[in-house]
Amino acid sequence: MHHDLTPPITEAQARELKVGDTATLDGALYGIRDLSLIHMFDKGRRTRFDMKGHAVLHTAPNVRKVPGSNENPAGYASICVGTTTSARMERFTRPLMTREGVRLVIGKGGMGPATLAAFKELGGAYLAVIGGAAALETTWIEAIDDVDLDDLNPESLWKFRVKGFGPLLVAMDSHGGSVYDQVNKQAVDRRASALAAIGVKP
Amino acid sequence: MNAVKRLMVEPAAIEEAAKLLYIRALKLLPDDIKQGFTRLDAGETGATAKSVLATMIENIRVAEKTENLLCQDTGIPIYNVLIGREVEVDGSALKAAIRRGVERATKEHPLRSSIVHPLTRANEQTSCGALVPVINIDFTERERELRLEMVPKGSGSENGSFLKMAIPADGVDAIKAFVVDRVIEAGGKVCPPTIVGVGVGGTSDLCMHLAKVAATRALGSVCADPQGAVLEKELSQAVNSLGIGPQGLGGDSTSFAVHVELAATHITMNPVAVNIQCHSARRASATFTPGGVEIGF
Ligand code: SF4
Repeated sequence: MHHDLTPPITEAQARELKVGDTATLDGALYGIRDLSLIHMFDKGRRTRFDMKGHAVLHTAPNVRKVPGSNENPAGYASICVGTTTSARMERFTRPLMTREGVRLVIGKGGMGPATLAAFKELGGAYLAVIGGAAALETTWIEAIDDVDLDDLNPESLWKFRVKGFGPLLVAMDSHGGSVYDQVNKQAVDRRASALAAIGVKP
Repeated sequence: MNAVKRLMVEPAAIEEAAKLLYIRALKLLPDDIKQGFTRLDAGETGATAKSVLATMIENIRVAEKTENLLCQDTGIPIYNVLIGREVEVDGSALKAAIRRGVERATKEHPLRSSIVHPLTRANEQTSCGALVPVINIDFTERERELRLEMVPKGSGSENGSFLKMAIPADGVDAIKAFVVDRVIEAGGKVCPPTIVGVGVGGTSDLCMHLAKVAATRALGSVCADPQGAVLEKELSQAVNSLGIGPQGLGGDSTSFAVHVELAATHITMNPVAVNIQCHSARRASATFTPGGVEIGF
């Protein structure tokens, strides 16, 4: 099933997303990553952005400083916006959801059990973008509307405006489903025969 | 004596090349990698995996058309310098010139500076820092030639780096099991399809370095050691039977290939290292000869 989403979304909308579905996003999308999360949750900094019901993207873009205008309200034009490995951000999913009200996490490579538990309890989902396909992803970004915590540049908190961002694959849902767990279990199951086939004794 | 006129390479030319290569590597994938995509796509049976590969192939096309970066990660800049026998170059000036080239690429394009101090995490916004860019210098028999290779090593796949000081009693089986286990552990985090670089033998640091050399070697190249070449084939087959697939979302196309590089080791040692290269397998090169500078991959 395909979902066209324009955040903010409700808990019920988040719970409608099931592993194997696809989704496309329009409107606001917040860019977060290592340093912005460390500052928000370990160093006690707050953002002026209201991320309730919104989606976050694990990213740090390549940008160009430009004069502020209608086209580039934050004074930044995006050059290349892609996605970074989500696993490093594992311990921040729950506080992003409880403190900031985030519903959707967009990233690449998948996340772990703490994130899956937070989705189940609070109602959220992980949408997989194709990592390394940033030239394409950049064409889905209309503008950088705003920026906060910009002393951390490029790891600032970015507010993008997106159009037709996707299709993304729902890879983790609020019902305990995770494509990454399925694939990992399959790989572990196949390990013994893969090694036996190249002569490794058990 | 000394009938051959030596090739002089000026720092200014190195600086220009270093700058150009960084930007070029971030935008254009080598043909061997593109052909690797075509080969994987033809053999892929999973529907999700097919569409993921199609998106990656589309991305290569969009990057070329829009002259944009393939991936937002500008990586850790690595320069491999190969100096011929009849080349005259000031080594210390060469290192400084590479550094200036990296800084200029970062400021003038501009590029995201992905390099920080390891303790303070401060970003100088130059893509440089202590001992970065990484510069490896080696020498070649080719007389009047200097080759500069640039590799912007993506961090998602660089974080897929592992070393094991196995023991002789564990034999080659330990090497094989280690590689397969680390590929399972890395899963989708390293942006498959990958080139899995495997270092075998040497000291711990040489073993890790060999893994990087293997990971950044062109597709289609084969380990010079016949036993190493056999190991490459076996491990390629093994990792591609795990079903991890592109982006770790399932499928046949986990790796373009497993590459092995080896060195002799000590009678008590059996080291094995893994360094993974993501599908954005970027590199660029400049070759200086008396005829001029040739830019390639
Ligand atoms: S692992 Fe490679 S393809 Fe993936 S985001 Fe990093 S540099 Fe890009």
